[in-house]
Amino acid sequence: MTTTTLHEPELARMARRRAMVPYLLLLPGIAWLLVFFMVPILRLIGVSLQSGVYPNYEFTWQWDNYARLWTTYGSQVWNSLRFAFAATVICLVLAYPLAYFIAFRGGKWKNFLVVMLLMPFLMPFLLRTLSWKIILADEGIVVSTLKTLGVIGPNATLLATSVAVVAGIAYNFLPFMTLPIYVSLEKLDRSLIEAAADLYATPREAFRKVTLPLSMPGVVAGTLLTFIPAVGDYVNVLLLGSPSEFMIGNVIQSRFLVVLDYPVAAALSFTLMTVIVLMLIPYVRATGTDDLVA
Amino acid sequence: MTAGNGIPAVELENVTKRFADFTAVDSLNLNIGENTFFAMLGPSGCGKTTTLRMIGGFEDPTSGTIRLHGDDVTGLKPYRRAVNTVFQSYALFPHMTVAENVAFGLRRKKVDDAEVKRRVGETLELVQLSARGSAKPRQLSGGQQQRVALARALINHPRVLLLDEPLGALDLKLRKEMQIELKRIQQEVGITFIHVTHDQEEAMTMADTIAVMNQGRIERLGSPSEIYEDPRTPFVAGFLGASNLMSGTVSGNEVGLPNGAVIRLTDIQAARCNGHNEVQIGVRPEKLSFFGSNDGNAPVNRLSGVIADTSFTGTSTQYLVEVPGIGQVAVVEQNLGDIHDPGEEVTVAWKPEHTFVVE
Repeated sequence: MTTTTLHEPELARMARRRAMVPYLLLLPGIAWLLVFFMVPILRLIGVSLQSGVYPNYEFTWQWDNYARLWTTYGSQVWNSLRFAFAATVICLVLAYPLAYFIAFRGGKWKNFLVVMLLMPFLMPFLLRTLSWKIILADEGIVVSTLKTLGVIGPNATLLATSVAVVAGIAYNFLPFMTLPIYVSLEKLDRSLIEAAADLYATPREAFRKVTLPLSMPGVVAGTLLTFIPAVGDYVNVLLLGSPSEFMIGNVIQSRFLVVLDYPVAAALSFTLMTVIVLMLIPYVRATGTDDLVA
Repeated sequence: MTAGNGIPAVELENVTKRFADFTAVDSLNLNIGENTFFAMLGPSGCGKTTTLRMIGGFEDPTSGTIRLHGDDVTGLKPYRRAVNTVFQSYALFPHMTVAENVAFGLRRKKVDDAEVKRRVGETLELVQLSARGSAKPRQLSGGQQQRVALARALINHPRVLLLDEPLGALDLKLRKEMQIELKRIQQEVGITFIHVTHDQEEAMTMADTIAVMNQGRIERLGSPSEIYEDPRTPFVAGFLGASNLMSGTVSGNEVGLPNGAVIRLTDIQAARCNGHNEVQIGVRPEKLSFFGSNDGNAPVNRLSGVIADTSFTGTSTQYLVEVPGIGQVAVVEQNLGDIHDPGEEVTVAWKPEHTFVVE
């Protein structure tokens, strides 16, 4: 009797200490996010409400900075959204069959094919994009072939058009789309597909009813990983486009680094983030991925 | 229920399946009758699962013919066969509810909504899961998932149901319950069940006919009691229950053992020794009983020795008796009287009809 009463507080203390462990493990991550994400965001919001001329900015609740996104940069916002959307769709169309092939038909080449998929990352982002400049050049192989085939007119070009920009973005983000889809297909239990066939599903029906729905988490992750950075991208436009293709990323970049108009740049950045998050919430909800992650 | 025309539900003719480096199934010939509970029993790698997968259409035989109710289905895709499977891991669709899982086959066959609904209800009732129709598979226990897998196959009224080690993932108590449940369902729906298992007790509990497979061939085919009482090969004798195997020299109805003991055989067993000089005979441990050394009531087949080990298992006690010149003989006795201790000198005896010859 006496021993149990003696041990009780000690046991409780041990249980309390064990309950603390998950929080202690989370601590470094939380601290990191706090210092390098929350603080800068709050500062960004602070800067976005300043006014004045470099380097003398003052906090004046300058809400007008936010209006600039729609009043002055409407076409760049529109470019961002439609280029990112087009690139995401192209990536999805290319990546799904690619991931499917590697996961289901890769056999012993599977790992090799995944490494091949990641090969472009061994080259710097800038070099990769610059090489597209050569591929799509006015006298380059793609343009001359398309001209010979009569797909495009004799005076048409690809470089400095939205086609080149979208192609560049799609190329650069293809692995981000392919890998999550590959992972979700790779871990799919093959006996589920056999079960569908056993229950009279033709290969097409088995894909539509079993494989596709079960790979949706990969599709959603891939589209997010492609669309989000694509909306904010500015390098592809700089190298493959022209000022008429400028995206909101180009505006933010020039406001921050060239014009040194920090308040407007901050307001644009913050708005862009908010818009993306608001757009993605219904998307993730509609695709119902939380229901799929078992 | 049985089709009167005598055409077997499943017919395998010279079926061989070769993979890159080994032969999984070796020119197998097998007829499985209508409305039987058929078990394919064997250790892993014996070809039982490959055979099942070929009947289901998931593997194509390297050579040979597979017929279902007389129709050649060799090379036919699984979705064109009137056969359904209960998979080892159940393979329930995780993104669908229990009812949607069960309805899957009927939906593919474009059965109308009202009919699907009626049959889903009916089938869930058969497997006692009526209340769980809207649950997702992961919310169910292993035994419940197993029953969903069964319902999902049975709802299509297949003419043959394939079961690939369906009880392997369940704990012992649940497994025993499901064995009885499966047998009940088979009798209720009256279709051919082909059940693959490595568990001899499971096969004997449920099946009307058992095929014991080893290295891609069927070693022994028959009813559970036939196979148990007369296993015919050392492999079957060892795989299906425990056996005491002994070698000796045959002459007429008698086998002389190395220690001088003479073992009597029945005429049927003796006839199987024709043309052999040396034979192996066996007897099941529970057929042996202890007797006093000069007990006139003891059966004629007798061995004397010393008890080496005694282990009490509840309903029975297992003994190992060291018999000079022969080795250890296992004896299982029901716990009705005294328990013999190690070191005790004993005589064990059994009847001629309990002796079997293996080749």
